[in-house]
Amino acid sequence: MTDLAWIDAALTSARPQAIGALLRYFRDLDAAEEAYQEACLRALKTWPVKGPPRDPTAWLIFVGRNVTLDEVRRRSKQQALPPDEIISDLEDTETDVADRLDASHYRDDVLRLLFICCHPDLPATQQIPLALRIVSGLSVKEIARAFLVSESAMEQRITRAKRRVEAADVPFETPGAPERAERLTAVATMIYLLFNEGYSASGGDVHVRVPLCEEAIRLARLLLRLFPAECEVMGLTALLLLQHARTAARLDADGAIVLLEDQDRRRWNKGLIAEGLVLVDKALRHRRPGPYQVQAAIAAVHSRAVRPEDTDWAEIDQLYAALETMQPSPVITLNRAVAVAKVRGPAAALDLIEPLAVRLDGYFHFFGVKGALLIQLDRAEEARVAFDRAIALARTAAEAAHIRLHIDRLIKDHQKKTKDNKASA
Amino acid sequence: MLYAIFIYGPEAEVASWNEKQHADVVTEHTVLREKLTAQGKVGPVVRLMPTTTAVTVRKGNEPVVIDGPFAETKEQLLGLYTVDCATLDEAIDIAKAMPWGTFEIRPVFRFFPGAALPEQA
Repeated sequence: MTDLAWIDAALTSARPQAIGALLRYFRDLDAAEEAYQEACLRALKTWPVKGPPRDPTAWLIFVGRNVTLDEVRRRSKQQALPPDEIISDLEDTETDVADRLDASHYRDDVLRLLFICCHPDLPATQQIPLALRIVSGLSVKEIARAFLVSESAMEQRITRAKRRVEAADVPFETPGAPERAERLTAVATMIYLLFNEGYSASGGDVHVRVPLCEEAIRLARLLLRLFPAECEVMGLTALLLLQHARTAARLDADGAIVLLEDQDRRRWNKGLIAEGLVLVDKALRHRRPGPYQVQAAIAAVHSRAVRPEDTDWAEIDQLYAALETMQPSPVITLNRAVAVAKVRGPAAALDLIEPLAVRLDGYFHFFGVKGALLIQLDRAEEARVAFDRAIALARTAAEAAHIRLHIDRLIKDHQKKTKDNKASA
Repeated sequence: MLYAIFIYGPEAEVASWNEKQHADVVTEHTVLREKLTAQGKVGPVVRLMPTTTAVTVRKGNEPVVIDGPFAETKEQLLGLYTVDCATLDEAIDIAKAMPWGTFEIRPVFRFFPGAALPEQA
């Protein structure tokens, strides 16, 4: 397989480890990136001819390091660079050395690289673009398009983020258990936010940006491969897989949102669901529950229901109750209300969410759920007020269109009622 | 002689394939499997989920369950074929016809087909 697409996949998958190792070596993000780029250029020249090396990651680290060191030497002595073949040839004999040097550090190298990208000093708006640029290797242009900003604005944002993490001075020593746990939590949050950015786009006409979701899943699997016993990482990976499995059914042909209940479940991705369910099972065995595991368990209940009416809403209600105690948040209570409406009726659900009105005053979903509950209670006028507010708060065209559908239905029902009343009068 | 052909490769690379690459690999395996089935040469064929889904049970005085695959390797076991071939060369040719990966060919010592488990495509 010497086709460029296959080499590209090999380079992409090696990237986090290679840049992580080069970063530890050079202690400088720009230098590490440049060394990796140089190594990739050589890979693209050499691999199609000689075939890919046995260990592409070690090859890239080794060549990246040598090219950069030679460059430094050349600059200091003004000597010519050795020809390409010599630099690339070294790998066959020296791969083992590169291996032994780096194998024990691989895990912490990647974690450090991911952590630098979501350093607490960085605002979330910079974390995700930085991770996409450095860890995933997306071009600035691609990232700018995903975030609906100009290329130059994104370039600036990423450069600023780099400067800021440089100043933050993340230590290069092997982290102790508490540092490792702290880094894991930060990285998991960043991956979760990246997925959400793709799953529920925060602006514009596109409601789902599949590449961002796929990239988040790739990073979650990578993190899980490095930390196979971390149940929250299992939970996170499961959650993303189970959510992403529904992508094909989430929007209709016109790009309008299809609610979970109305989705064609045959279009859910069975492979992703199977993998997600396995991970939920595996995680729960540890009996160390956490927010990602509980959210994954909720998604799992939906995934297991062949038809919407098979959904175990009582189980979902209990899981949300558990999530509320772990991570009290009005948004979680709002989600729980949907389950409560199914188990105990819309009035009980409305009672649950009414106290949230002040805190969720600017939240699209609050008014969407409230409106839906009010319809079920035949309080059409109030429902309409709630939906109007939801439209005003919608962030994407699909969100707004979805609520408009509800309003259209209200108007139709109202017209039907008036007609019926007239007929009976 | 029965042989097991184990398919190995870096699963991180598989996770970086685009949709077309996935589809191409699946198609090539399907074609190969159907051809070998028609020739009566292939038994159970298995494609595994990623190693992140694996647990390993280690038996001792107290059996221990460990998350993750048995061995941490640069290339992971991705799937396997069981084939009935007259010669090793024939088994090697089958492995060569596979689209992607590194293949370990191991002669089978004993084989029990077991129950006809439901197909999972």
